[in-house]
Amino acid sequence: MNLRSFLGGTHVPYSKESTASKPVRQARLPARVTIPLHQHTGAPCEPLVKAGDHVLVGQKIGDSPAKLTAPVHASVSGKVAAIGYYLQSGGRLVNSVVIESDGEQQLSPDVKPRGTIENLSPGDIVGIIRDAGIVGLGGAAFPTYFKLVPPPGKRFDTLVVNGSECEPYLTADHRIMLERPNDVTYGIRALMKAAGVDRAFLGIEDNKPDAIEAMRRAASGVPGIEVVVLATKYPQGAEKQLVKAILGREIPSGGLPVDVGVVVNNVGTAVAVAEALEKGMPLVERVVTVAGSCIREPQNLKVKIGTAIGDLIEECGGFVKEPAKVIIGGPMMGVAQFSTDVPVTKGTSGVLALSKDEVEVEDTSMPCVRCGKCVGACPMRLLPLFISQRAEAGRFDEAEEYNALDCIECGSCGYICPSRRPLVQAIRLAKSEIMARRRKKQ
Amino acid sequence: MAEKRLIVSSSPHLRSPIATPQIMRDVIIALIPASAMGILFFKLQALLVILVGVAFAIITEAVIQKALHKPVTINDYSAAVAGLLLALVLPPTVPLWIPAIGSIVAIGVAKHVFGGLGQNPFNPALIGRAVLLASWPVLMTRWVWPVSQAPWMQGFDALTTATPLALLKLSGIKTPYAALFFGNVAGSIGETSVPAILLGALYLIWRGHITFRIPGYFIGTVAVLSALFGQDPLFHILAGGLMIGAFFMATDYVSTPVTPRGQALFGIGCGVLTVMIRLFGGYPEGVCYAILIMDATTAVLDKFTRPRKFGEVRRGA
Ligand code: SF4
Ligand code: SF4
Repeated sequence: MNLRSFLGGTHVPYSKESTASKPVRQARLPARVTIPLHQHTGAPCEPLVKAGDHVLVGQKIGDSPAKLTAPVHASVSGKVAAIGYYLQSGGRLVNSVVIESDGEQQLSPDVKPRGTIENLSPGDIVGIIRDAGIVGLGGAAFPTYFKLVPPPGKRFDTLVVNGSECEPYLTADHRIMLERPNDVTYGIRALMKAAGVDRAFLGIEDNKPDAIEAMRRAASGVPGIEVVVLATKYPQGAEKQLVKAILGREIPSGGLPVDVGVVVNNVGTAVAVAEALEKGMPLVERVVTVAGSCIREPQNLKVKIGTAIGDLIEECGGFVKEPAKVIIGGPMMGVAQFSTDVPVTKGTSGVLALSKDEVEVEDTSMPCVRCGKCVGACPMRLLPLFISQRAEAGRFDEAEEYNALDCIECGSCGYICPSRRPLVQAIRLAKSEIMARRRKKQ
Repeated sequence: MAEKRLIVSSSPHLRSPIATPQIMRDVIIALIPASAMGILFFKLQALLVILVGVAFAIITEAVIQKALHKPVTINDYSAAVAGLLLALVLPPTVPLWIPAIGSIVAIGVAKHVFGGLGQNPFNPALIGRAVLLASWPVLMTRWVWPVSQAPWMQGFDALTTATPLALLKLSGIKTPYAALFFGNVAGSIGETSVPAILLGALYLIWRGHITFRIPGYFIGTVAVLSALFGQDPLFHILAGGLMIGAFFMATDYVSTPVTPRGQALFGIGCGVLTVMIRLFGGYPEGVCYAILIMDATTAVLDKFTRPRKFGEVRRGA
């Protein structure tokens, strides 16, 4: 079979066995949730409630007049215990609404069906998606409504849906495609109408044959949706690589998918869109993979936004052995945590507790031997060894000349480097330096 | 609390299990067939040359790093690889102080003067060999045939100490392909047996450590160019150090380009220079110098063959 793919990339061990065959379970209702008012790319929200207020499930508790933002809703009913700065993934302190659950899960009266795709206009759908606070669920958390409206002078012709789930350990999207294929296609249809396109491609890596089957069956009756089988290779799900693999179109350097007429969304996002239309339910819960060899009982849980990751770990039986790292997201691009007292947000695709056999914990870096493996692995066709070398020497202008800014931080180079060079770390440093200098010049 | 012990470092959190020392060890494994054939053909003397070459490479590295108060890194195997490669490109007749000096030069000068692992612009083993050849040309060109009195060499007793390439160049005698292929001909310890070298090379390719790119362009260029000059391409491929040079020296990570197009140009350059030296130079064999000369172009090749980055619009397009 001729599988569609892209140049570069690596074959990482996928380690998905522990959760791939387990149905998604509804997580226990947490006693309290801490809902950050900034869990998306763009401007943070202002709180719309105050301490002591009683809130209902799906009630909007934060929004912002900014152009790029996404409102935030209560995921449990109960009393607002506090509003203040709380620890979030990556050690940031973010203004958050803490709600103590009353255990009732009473729905807000705003939560009601919004109509069908047929009788809603594209603009209506975009509005509903914004109202529901939907952001990209693949991890980037970019507000979905914003992506659906092309900038002046540009238009979309194709929707690309990401079902590749190329990060190791994560199986949430896999399970969603298996268990809710019709919601996925419904969401895709809504996204197609909103973006004004009549064809959509759903890309799935060939290591998920059951999901491919399920989605093919669900999509068979839907005109315009085609399931595309992709080679299993990391980072197949990166936006640029995905569009290249499926359509053969190369998103220009510094550009966006819209520059080649494409809008990209994740399968989880499609389901969230379906829920927003059919039930009027805003994005207040998501599927999270809890896995890693330190977790007693790894599984996929449907979790209220704002639940502490420690609660999820506990629900999965706690730690069987002491983890070396706890990571939010996948092991290639995810963020290691100081503490398990951080909340699940809209962008949390996984919570991994990895032992020291699974992650490299010691710094064993050796000199670069110029093996060129990082060059072969870079899906952006950069020369990671030279960028990092220049960055380490503080020669950021040269790092920029070596196209540091095109790095998508996928981690392929760092993974493959036999000398264990801290390549991605150095490139990130170069990127932030270069951006800082640009800002200064302006 | 347990949480205090969580490690926080940035992504990627996974690392490929293949680390540099393992690659070096794989290179040694890949050189075992060629070494074994050398010992089979050239007996005890070949074994001793190999042992001395490897031992002195390791000792030199340890002594230098101790003297410079640097961590001793002999267990990354890179010194052993250089010593082994050097020994394999020496004639089996050399006195044992030759591999010793060669390894001292390879490690002490070619590697550590430039800053150690990853820093040397030239292949250390080839520098060692080049220095030895320039200093002791007689010792370095004293060859023996592993099979005495090959029938097709009757009457050329005086030439029995020449390699097949020298035989062709000086007397127009062509060694049969079978002998060239299996390696029971005069030559350096590890260079004569093509199947042994290929076996090792395939192992490295299978392990993902090298690709066919540099050797392919190198050998292909030698074939095409020697044919253009009216020579027998197959003879030029099988004879001399082309095979070991193309698969084990021209693919040396440190001294060769990292970009795909740079590697292609590197291979082509090696091939052109090899044929030029073999046909028009003072030596019958040109692989060693061809690779060393191309090593000098590596930085430039890397600089001007940067791949077209993803989404880059070609100027003028
Ligand atoms: S993979 Fe590592 S050792 Fe190899 S060239 Fe890149 S940085 Fe150097
Ligand atoms: S340089 Fe950037 S884009 Fe290329 S492999 Fe490394 S992290 Fe990925």
